[in-house]
Amino acid sequence: MDIREIIARYQDKPGGLIEAYHAIQDEFNYLPQEAIREASLAFGISEAQAYGVATFYSYLSVEKRGKYIIRMCESAPCHVAGADELLKALEKTLGIEVGQTTPDGKFTLELAECVGQCQETPVITINSVPYTDMSPDKISAVLAQCT
Amino acid sequence: MIRLTINGREVEAPRGSTLLQACQLNGIEIPTLCYDPDLRLAGSCRMCIVECKNRPLFLASCVAPAEEGMVIETHSDQIMQARRVILELLAARHDFSCQTCDKNGDCTFQDYCYEYGIKESSFEDGGRRIYTVDDPNPFLERDYNKCIMCTRCVRACEEITVARAINVENRGHHSKIAVAFDGYLEDSPCVFCGQCVMVCPTGALTSKVSAGQGRAFEVDRVLTTCTYCGTGCTLELNVKDDRVVGVSSNREEEWSPVNKGALCVKGRFGWDFINSPDRLTTPLIKENGEFREASWDEALDLVAQRLQEVKDQHGPDSLAMFTSARVTNEENYLAQKFTRAVLGTNNVDHCARL
Amino acid sequence: MAQEYRIVLANAGKIDPASLDDYLNAGGYKSLEKVRTMSAKELIDLVRSSKLRGRGGAGFNAGMKWGFVPETAPETYVVCNLDEGEPGTYKDRTIVEADPHLLLEGMAICAHAIRSKQGYIYCRGEYPFVVDHLNRAIEQAKQSGQLGDFNIEVRMGGGAYVCGEETALIESIEGHRGEPRFKPPFPGVAGLWGKPTVVNNVETFANLPAIVKNGSEWFASIGSPNYPGTKVFTLTGDVVNRRPFEVPTNTTIRELIFDLGGGIPNGKAFKAVQIGGTSGAFIPEHLLDTPLDFDSMRDAGITLGTGAVFVMDETRDMVDVVTRIAKFFEHESCGKCNPCREGTFRSYELMKKIKTGQATPSDVENLSTLSKVMTKACLCGLGQAAPTPILTTLEHFSDDYKRRLLAAIS
Ligand SMILES: Cc1cc2nc3c(=O)[nH]c(=O)nc-3n(C[C@H](O)[C@H](O)[C@H](O)COP(=O)(O)O)c2cc1C
Ligand code: SF4
Ligand code: SF4
Ligand code: SF4
Ligand code: SF4
Ligand code: FES
Ligand code: FES
Repeated sequence: MDIREIIARYQDKPGGLIEAYHAIQDEFNYLPQEAIREASLAFGISEAQAYGVATFYSYLSVEKRGKYIIRMCESAPCHVAGADELLKALEKTLGIEVGQTTPDGKFTLELAECVGQCQETPVITINSVPYTDMSPDKISAVLAQCT
Repeated sequence: MIRLTINGREVEAPRGSTLLQACQLNGIEIPTLCYDPDLRLAGSCRMCIVECKNRPLFLASCVAPAEEGMVIETHSDQIMQARRVILELLAARHDFSCQTCDKNGDCTFQDYCYEYGIKESSFEDGGRRIYTVDDPNPFLERDYNKCIMCTRCVRACEEITVARAINVENRGHHSKIAVAFDGYLEDSPCVFCGQCVMVCPTGALTSKVSAGQGRAFEVDRVLTTCTYCGTGCTLELNVKDDRVVGVSSNREEEWSPVNKGALCVKGRFGWDFINSPDRLTTPLIKENGEFREASWDEALDLVAQRLQEVKDQHGPDSLAMFTSARVTNEENYLAQKFTRAVLGTNNVDHCARL
Repeated sequence: MAQEYRIVLANAGKIDPASLDDYLNAGGYKSLEKVRTMSAKELIDLVRSSKLRGRGGAGFNAGMKWGFVPETAPETYVVCNLDEGEPGTYKDRTIVEADPHLLLEGMAICAHAIRSKQGYIYCRGEYPFVVDHLNRAIEQAKQSGQLGDFNIEVRMGGGAYVCGEETALIESIEGHRGEPRFKPPFPGVAGLWGKPTVVNNVETFANLPAIVKNGSEWFASIGSPNYPGTKVFTLTGDVVNRRPFEVPTNTTIRELIFDLGGGIPNGKAFKAVQIGGTSGAFIPEHLLDTPLDFDSMRDAGITLGTGAVFVMDETRDMVDVVTRIAKFFEHESCGKCNPCREGTFRSYELMKKIKTGQATPSDVENLSTLSKVMTKACLCGLGQAAPTPILTTLEHFSDDYKRRLLAAIS
């Protein structure tokens, strides 16, 4: 769907800017400049403000990202459960560092704070779907589900 | 009126005042960085904090309502220490280059560092973020290595000029003042009015046109009226060694009733013609396609003679007067009077009507 | 032996959360019906006298909070805080996943008290599946007319812990950067779009149907007298049973960790527990007999917070954990106010210095001074609470710090 149409769906919602951004990200996985410009027009705010909002929230991105966004929780409960080793293993398997996207545009690896699944730590999410009680040896099986 | 105790003294303040107003009214000085009387409140710099009896937290006086019976300390040891820590935190991200800074001597942040004895910061270990100073516009320099994130510029741009060119980008320690996509002012709705420069309490925003030509303590500030248009904004010409080296705002309503210090790009940055060698300083008369210098008497006689000739030959309605916004109201009045009474025509108009 | 006592999780596991009929058969929406026969004032009095206090962290009497909304306000809003950003907390998700209509009914009860037609649930961006789940429940409730003319909309956050702070949350619903506002004015007077707004936590709302049904005396008689009722705790870290427990508020920390939680796994010894999420205090062994109610905890110099219970065994190094936590705050500070924006950054830097054995005692001194200033000078609760882990570990686990400093000298 085209950016303008997506934004139009939220235009009449008071304060719907962030909802519109989420919807754009559902489609593109990030916020293209055009989306921020269009949103500023649709919601009657300045471009600077629309950009300020886009850069405030961790889950919104103004940089291009991969098809699958892998987030590694590093909050304290996951930290003591071995988040560091898991992160190293993820980096090794994917061949990228945190903040990067694989050359084929498939995976982006990000750090996250607690995703609220701390009953089984450590936790990663892939496009917001949680995978709990993770360990380095489970990585390939989980990644294999991403097609 | 309500009554409260500030620094052991019982004082009065009108109901509805903030603690800051109550203090100011009673001659107690409170340091402020993000507060600006002409802008909406932010309550964010926390320099104006005071202690209030029976309240566990410090109160930011610029936003805290003064209440009946409050017992306030504005300069207790705890408060002084907290302000020092806040200044040290800001100092740790600040590029102190006062020697070459155009704000030197007129910098609120420098003043407070002096007052609170901040020579160096105990938080400098990890260094500071370095921002490249790069905005190719001809008018204002943006050096965020000197920014203290008070957001006065953002609010001035939104509320006074309504250009809405700048905002805060990112979050937390990564936040910075930016135009959309962290680009250049030129590509934004910025109109280069310099209101942001006017309100900036540091050298983060300065005039490129004045750069290096004189600091606040070296210049005389001559209160005058902008000559560019009929709005008649008040401004101050900054004069050093008989040369105009800059323009500053006088924000007091009493002196600047029309604009309260706000200016447009012409008034604030368009003054360098004053010292331009290309500027005309005597009348010129064109003879055989060439201009030659003339005296005022000679020039005025010529104009009077030609006006008379035209009027005699073709009648008064062959003449018209078109006046300029760059002269004062009084001069405009005289011009139309002259047109009607002396030239004898009602053909009179003004560029502001175009 | 301490036991669970379920009010907000009473239906959990017993009904199909996707089925409105299940909820109705379990007595659902009966309290809302009852409330409609009461005046707003009667309802507020009922809630106030039940002594139900906010379960989102600040522990404010819910009925009193509703009472701040001016009676003549033409437009008011009910906002549910489902931001659940405190690391180690998953209770609100647990409640909503198990029993979404309970929350909707609770919000509708509040709406009656403050004459509101519009509610919002602010759900954290980490829970898109909860958003879908709630939207389905709202649709069901609307279709069957349970909510009357009260409308509820779910808004999703974008991954910003600070948006759990009520005024930042309001800013975010308005589509802005999630920066807290200064208070006063409080949301009860000027909140969402400047209109009187009640913001309550999921668990606070979820207690309301039972209170309306069984009366305020019933509720006030459960648990500790000053903070009655139950509290849902979520156990994480080095503890055998890592799951949510709903217990009366006079349960002690020790009972929660050792009786219900099953103690420390692998035969290790207890070292510390952090309660209330990442902004909570680190609690040593000798405070474990404190009851889990707001006032008792506060009197012991600790905070109840959200109900996260993060247990650490003897092998854990407090400096390591607190360094990680310091990074959390550096990342989550909104950046609006100086002491927090710069302070969280410098605290993290100093903690890293300590952790890597490069710090001197004067660095620790510095960190401690900075921390104390932040607790009093920051604009919102984030910056005010960020130093708590540092200050409480400095107090109770100073050996972990000293060891690092010695390393620096040798
Ligand atoms: C940084 C910060 C984060 C917060 N996060 C939450 C949260 O995730 N959920 C919540 O209910 N309250 C949170 N609060 C507390 C809210 O500001 C507010 O007090 C609460 O939602 C009121 O609801 P209650 O009275 O029912 O507890 C947070 C406060 C601060 C300062
Ligand atoms: S902004 Fe102020 S403190 Fe900073 S270098 Fe300039 S004069 Fe000095
Ligand atoms: S110069 Fe004027 S328009 Fe440009 S950013 Fe500054 S205040 Fe805004
Ligand atoms: S540029 Fe100046 S006015 Fe703007 S935030 Fe920085 S210090 Fe404040
Ligand atoms: S304390 Fe931190 S999170 Fe709260 S307003 Fe200040 S910078 Fe923002
Ligand atoms: S700490 Fe990792 S999911 Fe909560
Ligand atoms: S002047 Fe009051 S907080 Fe900045």
